[in-house]
Amino acid sequence: MSSKILLSLYRKLLLIRQTEEKIAEKYQEREMRCPVHLSIGQEAVAVGVCDNLKKEDIVYSNHRCHAHYLAKGGNLNRMIAEIYGKETGCAKGRGGSMHLIDLEAGFWGATPIVGNSVPVAVGTAFANKLKNNKKITAVFLGDGTVETGVFHESLNFAALKKLPVLFICENNFFSVYTHLSERQPARPIYKLAQGHGMEASKHDGNNVLEVYKTAEEAIKKIRNGRGPVFLEFLTYRHREHCGPNFDDDLRYRNEKEVKFWKKKDPVANFENYLLKNKITSQGVLDDIKNEMKGKIDRAFNFAQKSRFPSKESLYEGLYA
Amino acid sequence: MPKKADFLPKNLYMKDSMPKTYIQSINEALDLCLKKDESVFIIGLGVPDPKGIFGATRGLREKYGEKRVMDMPVSENSITGVCIGAAINGMRPVLTHQRVDFSLLALEQVINNAAKWHYMFGGQQKVPLVIKMTIGMGWGQGPQHSQNLQAIYAHIPGLKVVMPSTPADAKGLMISAIEDNNPVIYLDHRWLHDTFGNVPDDYYKIPIGKAKVIKKGEGITIVSTSYMTIESLKAVSLLNKIGINPEVVDVRTLKPLDEKTIFNSVAKTKRLLVADLGYRELGFAAEVIARVAENLKIKLSVNPQRIVSPDLPTPSSPGLSKYYYPRYTDVASKVVQMVKGDMDKLDQLIKKEEESNKIPYDVPDERFMGPF
Repeated sequence: MSSKILLSLYRKLLLIRQTEEKIAEKYQEREMRCPVHLSIGQEAVAVGVCDNLKKEDIVYSNHRCHAHYLAKGGNLNRMIAEIYGKETGCAKGRGGSMHLIDLEAGFWGATPIVGNSVPVAVGTAFANKLKNNKKITAVFLGDGTVETGVFHESLNFAALKKLPVLFICENNFFSVYTHLSERQPARPIYKLAQGHGMEASKHDGNNVLEVYKTAEEAIKKIRNGRGPVFLEFLTYRHREHCGPNFDDDLRYRNEKEVKFWKKKDPVANFENYLLKNKITSQGVLDDIKNEMKGKIDRAFNFAQKSRFPSKESLYEGLYA
Repeated sequence: MPKKADFLPKNLYMKDSMPKTYIQSINEALDLCLKKDESVFIIGLGVPDPKGIFGATRGLREKYGEKRVMDMPVSENSITGVCIGAAINGMRPVLTHQRVDFSLLALEQVINNAAKWHYMFGGQQKVPLVIKMTIGMGWGQGPQHSQNLQAIYAHIPGLKVVMPSTPADAKGLMISAIEDNNPVIYLDHRWLHDTFGNVPDDYYKIPIGKAKVIKKGEGITIVSTSYMTIESLKAVSLLNKIGINPEVVDVRTLKPLDEKTIFNSVAKTKRLLVADLGYRELGFAAEVIARVAENLKIKLSVNPQRIVSPDLPTPSSPGLSKYYYPRYTDVASKVVQMVKGDMDKLDQLIKKEEESNKIPYDVPDERFMGPF
């Protein structure tokens, strides 16, 4: 893999990590007045997958969508402005953190009802197939989604019609505070997708290179008309389900497990990899960090200085 | 008063200006839209089967192929999501359910996505989707096959809801619904399917959001929806015999509601009766009455009334269902009560009708043989 690609992956990982840490830091100011579901710890899945997609390919996401939006190239200023509820936000302040969208970047939307965006992604892929173009649709979902009916209905239809769609399951073992073992029998999630008649496999979601290579292969197959592919990535969120804090004091997660996964931090590990293999120097990495910091500070500045949507605009957009 | 068309052969070729049935009119609208716009496709359980959604989709697959006229897995919720995703991506899907009751499986996608997508993403994407559903009635359809759920849909901001009552409106409103850039709920009552009327052959639109004074009159306004328009017109022909001549406003679009046409009529007649087959509590009739009551310029001479379905699941037995469904006799009695007409005379007329021509209560007419 070229050092250009490796550094591009690193920049994206860092952009997401630093953006979300900034959100966490400033959340207590109570100016971001909407729920936030941070992806800290899970960035590698978003980056490894989206780096293989073309700009015109389409991505859908869920409540934990910041990483997917940024990895697909979504506009940072407009994302932060949306979280602040400003008129300059990517959804003009109608959506908030859980409803990010950037059509120019091919990020067609995130919705926070578990399973809700899966059939919409399949339908978008269905239209692309009817139109006979080569675009791919990718949808990010969590381990909770595979428990919904609409998930199975959607996989059934995608397999039936051999649609150009990539399902990415980020299995972080928890639905809010409830562990997978309380919700699903002991069988691999990806095998459910195999049962629906599509290619599926399971991988380490904290290793950005493994994610990248897996996604690259899957996307090649989909683009060649082989039908949908399902990828399960094991990963872990560092902070609480919703909000800026760490919540391990609640003891719903096994202490050893938390330690194990924090050691597998996808950003820190990739940084070590780059240095160990002499792909770049600490100085270059520090420059990138500073560059990102400046970019993020400017985005928060932009958001905080922007205006709220006007009273007159309240009814705007009810109907098209 | 429209007559039933069951004496016309179903496959009869209709020349220009000849009457067409309601269901033929829907079929014609779908046919014309498929022909005109390549982005239109039809999907639903049974769409290409031999009965073709009571005839609405009959013959369309043969004409337009399986990529545009298709069946679907029994997955109402995800296929609704699929249609939303396709609509966002430039298609104009028409999704059908043979019973409105089946659509409850898909309320999540309709309410959370279709209705909100345009607004919640700041007006950047639109969802031009038609969901066509049939409302059943009679013949033991029972608790889960005969609901009138228009109020559920009309409650949701972002949706449009149409319920055409005549064949000409059925065609024109279907074409408007397909051309509309918003999700449109299209409800057709099973008992309207075989009614007939003059329907132009060409591609024409009946605007969404426009009610129609279907019968001019005075002294009282009956605001009716869907099949209750037919029952109201039957009531009017009975009432005419005792010197009462109500005005009938066919709502046609429940959302967005054409208040102006309703207000104009009620301001003139000063009496309001609403006839709708939805359940009474928090139903569409209540909404119409509330809007008129809120209008400070309208002074009613008697309290507004409604003819609706009782707050009760529909029992299946013909022994019970005859007490369940409101019919034209109920409309006529309520009108006489409101205008202080001669109730004895009306009762005599109803009695005469019952003796001479047994009023069917679980079929639209005596010759009705399904499909159910």
